[in-house]
Amino acid sequence: MSALQSLETEILAAIGAAADESALDAVRVAALGKKGSISDLLKTLGGMTAAERKENGPLFNGVRDRVSEAIAQRKRALADLALDARLNLERVDVTLPARPLAQGTVHPISQVLDEVTAIFADLGFAVAEGPDVEYDDYNFTKLNIPPDHPARQMHDTFYLAPQADGARHVLRTHTSPVQVRTMLTQKPPIRVIAPGRTYRVDNDATHSPMFHQIEALVIDENTHLGHLKWVVEEFCKAFFEIESVELRGRPSFFPFTEPSVEWDLRCDRSVAGRIEFGRGNDWLELGGSGMVHPNVLAMCGVDASRYQGFAFGLGLDRLAMLKYGAPDLRPFFDGDLRWLKHFGFTAFDVPTLDAGLSR
Amino acid sequence: MKLTYSWLLEHLDTEADAASLAAKLTAIGLEVETLEDAGARLADFTVAHVVSAEKHPNADKLKLCMVDTGTDIVQVICGAPNARTGIKAVFARPGVVIPYSGDVLKIGAIRGLESRGMLCSARELLLSDEHDGIIELPADAEIGTPIARALGLDDPVIEISLTPNRGDCTGVHGIARDLAAAAMGQLRTKEPQPVAGRFPAPIGVRISAPAAAAGASPLFAGRLIRGVRNGPSPQWLQERLRAVGLRPISALVDLTNLMSLDRGRPLHVFDADTLQGGICVRMAAEGESLRALDGKTYDLDSSMCVIADDNAVLSLGGIMGGEASSCTEATVNVFVEAALFDPARIAATGRKLGILSDARYRFERGVDPQFCIPGLELATQWILELCGGEPSEIVIAGQSPDWRREIVLAADTVKRLTGLSLDIIQIEQILMRLGFTIKRQDPELLVTPPSWRSDVHGPADLVEEVVRIHGIEHVPAVPLPRPFAVARGVLTPAQRRMRLCRRVLAARGFHECVQYSFIARTKAALFGGGDAARQLENPIAADLDALRPTPLPSLLDAAARNQARGLGHLNLFEVGAGFASGVPGEQENIAVALRAGLPAPEWTKSQRAPDVFDAKADVFALLETLMGGAMTAPVRAGAPGWYHPGRSGVLALGPRVIAHFGELHPRIVEAFDLKGPVLACELFLDRIPEPKIKGKARPVFAPSPLQPVERDFAFLVADAVGAEEILKAVRMAERTLIESVSVFDLYAGEAVPPGKKSIAIRVRLQPKEKTLTDEQIEAIAASIIAAVAKATGGILRSQDTGADQGDAA
Repeated sequence: MSALQSLETEILAAIGAAADESALDAVRVAALGKKGSISDLLKTLGGMTAAERKENGPLFNGVRDRVSEAIAQRKRALADLALDARLNLERVDVTLPARPLAQGTVHPISQVLDEVTAIFADLGFAVAEGPDVEYDDYNFTKLNIPPDHPARQMHDTFYLAPQADGARHVLRTHTSPVQVRTMLTQKPPIRVIAPGRTYRVDNDATHSPMFHQIEALVIDENTHLGHLKWVVEEFCKAFFEIESVELRGRPSFFPFTEPSVEWDLRCDRSVAGRIEFGRGNDWLELGGSGMVHPNVLAMCGVDASRYQGFAFGLGLDRLAMLKYGAPDLRPFFDGDLRWLKHFGFTAFDVPTLDAGLSR
Repeated sequence: MKLTYSWLLEHLDTEADAASLAAKLTAIGLEVETLEDAGARLADFTVAHVVSAEKHPNADKLKLCMVDTGTDIVQVICGAPNARTGIKAVFARPGVVIPYSGDVLKIGAIRGLESRGMLCSARELLLSDEHDGIIELPADAEIGTPIARALGLDDPVIEISLTPNRGDCTGVHGIARDLAAAAMGQLRTKEPQPVAGRFPAPIGVRISAPAAAAGASPLFAGRLIRGVRNGPSPQWLQERLRAVGLRPISALVDLTNLMSLDRGRPLHVFDADTLQGGICVRMAAEGESLRALDGKTYDLDSSMCVIADDNAVLSLGGIMGGEASSCTEATVNVFVEAALFDPARIAATGRKLGILSDARYRFERGVDPQFCIPGLELATQWILELCGGEPSEIVIAGQSPDWRREIVLAADTVKRLTGLSLDIIQIEQILMRLGFTIKRQDPELLVTPPSWRSDVHGPADLVEEVVRIHGIEHVPAVPLPRPFAVARGVLTPAQRRMRLCRRVLAARGFHECVQYSFIARTKAALFGGGDAARQLENPIAADLDALRPTPLPSLLDAAARNQARGLGHLNLFEVGAGFASGVPGEQENIAVALRAGLPAPEWTKSQRAPDVFDAKADVFALLETLMGGAMTAPVRAGAPGWYHPGRSGVLALGPRVIAHFGELHPRIVEAFDLKGPVLACELFLDRIPEPKIKGKARPVFAPSPLQPVERDFAFLVADAVGAEEILKAVRMAERTLIESVSVFDLYAGEAVPPGKKSIAIRVRLQPKEKTLTDEQIEAIAASIIAAVAKATGGILRSQDTGADQGDAA
């Protein structure tokens, strides 16, 4: 073995034996530092003849390269060892609970409103609005309910104290005054839904003094009862997310529609606390509807000889109760955190038709 | 409106059973609310004879009964104290479902002896709450037959929820008429026959109404019947009234009730011997009053139509009779009245006085004007039959108003409004079966409604008649044409805002509440409301009597209810109306987020008490989502009085306040009995300007290739100086290169003189064209220091290059 070979062997052994980074660095300095053994060797190249240099240069450089590589390798190995040792000490109990991040909820009424809106928007209905405090004229008279009409008894109306000018406004008893406002301000064709808060002097287990309705109104030259039936049917299928429904129309009376129809949905309530649509022997009352009364059209400035259309109303809270199995109405307005968490929806459950209205 | 099946059959010749009649009634718009058919419901329960009842050998209170069911004799163990030899009882066989429990009866062994059936109590059959013993049937009840007959329950009772337009169906006769038109049988009501008067009526009648009240009572008719014997009605009449929920009183009163229920024709009978002089139909004089049949005294006014004699008001016409002139068992001479009253006036009077009577119910819905005199004749006939007596001639004042009106029905109207293709003959037939008379005048029909259909006025009403009798189930479902191939967005910007707010707040950990729009007036007053204009006249409860000026107090109430339930830490929100007045339209949409109470302690200590800066963060989170980007709306102190004056603020765009936020005032927290801290923000959604949209494309994305530079400064400023003043001064100091300025430290204490504070800010500079030289950076730093000094009097405490390269934006 030449001296060169034994020097290399010796240095490589020292690299392998270096137990930590400083030991390794000492080996590096001793070999490759300014006064290192390999550096010294390389310096001798300068004093050699060209032929000697040609022979020894590659040999010396080869040693230097292998030593450098060995040092780098050893350095990586030592770093890995050190990291392993550190990681070995860095242990936590991952079964401890995560840092809490509060999740909020969207109220079922808002959720159902978004669902209903998605369905009607697809059918080309815009969303109309009106105030909660309403003129007697819009809530009743323009809807063909003159003062002292017996139909006013069907509405247990909240009245506001008389205003300074003597006017006696009401809390709207239904969303139908939005029909009036829409017809007074828009020209047919009209296709709107009007969701909102409604109020009646009623407070027991199944009634709340405030509840929510959604009204649909179509006014154009051709829309008739058959279109109404189709819309109610398609709405029910889409909203309850079922393949088929069976609707029953019952002639009824609302002063603002003629003919008037109430719609019932076939359902099965034989299992307590559950309701299944499309089968069974029970009928669920959905809501009232009809062809907008010619008097209403005329009072709202619509030419009743040319235009016609339908209106129908649904209870938003009721839809929420039926779809999501909330048995009582009053807790909807109580703000009980336990109820809100139980029946609420996450912020990200935005109802869309493509993803399906609900999970 | 209640009636029995057998009563209906008196007017309708039909083979249909009660259930199919009920189904048809609902289908033609006379909605059947209940059909109580005890005969069908209890068909499995039969009459049995208790042949013997002896003490159970193994039990003191049980009896061992041998029961004759008509087909066999079975052994039944019974615990009822009245189970005894010889009685007739209600027997249920094994396999029968017991209505009260819903259980199927099984053959059982009770204390070692087999029981093959059951003797039933009234409660077990859901006939009453009686459960002290078994039902004892009359001795003549036929063994083995269903019990309904023995109990007198074999006549089904139908209850109809009558819509306010159908005055014609306030009597059984009218209901039968509608069923006949719907092909459920033949109407067989007998026409009333006139009863000849035996003597001239000794009591005169006249109508005296001022012009303003013309038509209050267009027709008033009556006759005297002398020598009647009043007393209890016969059994059949009493049973009929009881079956529909009325209490029999005396023959004369019961007959007027019968007329009302059978024909929808209200009548009144006066004890003629109490009358003084003639009868006058007139408006009440101010100050007059009447003690009515319900025992209450009513103060009358000149809008009310009354029946009076020379002395006093006798009755409220068409609503309720008076006590003084009412018939008693001692009555021998009666004056029977049949009149017409103006429906609107009846309704107004009834509402004003708070009287809901059977007469009002009918008159305000409209009675048949043609049946006034025939009704009086029929009443006479009935009174003569039950009470005897001698009738006078009829006296009449006024006349029946002209009820005939012709409606033009174009042939295509039915199809146009319903989509139903009916030929004109079908339409004609339906209308004629309902009593309408028709003149064909192609292509139109001239239709005259019958006298009893005061609700039918126009073609649409006729279409309803046709479609309800033809059957709504035949209306075809027709697709509504789609206005666009692909549906378009329909929400207005304001509607999208409400929706976004809800989702943002829910994502931030808030739970959405929907609270009543009204609250206690005292609480409304704490939030700038509670004035007379926002007061409800008829609240459901004293603490729900005022429109809320903002949803905040509603949420505070909800939070207090939750805390009372042991839920101390609450993040609640509502996006809803606040009312600025009691006038339509003066309301606005407000998003309110409430943080109340302390979060539960937790091992990482990441949870802390919420403070004003959480509420501020909530406002900005909402605003930035609504505006679609970062917002630097100016914030200042000056939140309204329900906030802590030192820990709250407002956001204003110019003079327009768009939000309040902060800690609530301790007095508010106390008034709602809340455990703090309580923070809130109120964002007035309708006051926020709509973001300016310039097309859908975003501006060009041009990130700078140059390295940003950060510099930190700490300024010593007076306590009163707002951080925003410093930030603003810095931003203005170099308008193009400063990308962001942020506060990263606030210090007051030992190293800082009293009355001062140290605010440390980091300024991030983004070179635009080339890397900034040290000289340029120094120049900017100097201008920043000078600007802060000028704007706030702040003195530089220290300056540093950005301590790290973390993102300080």
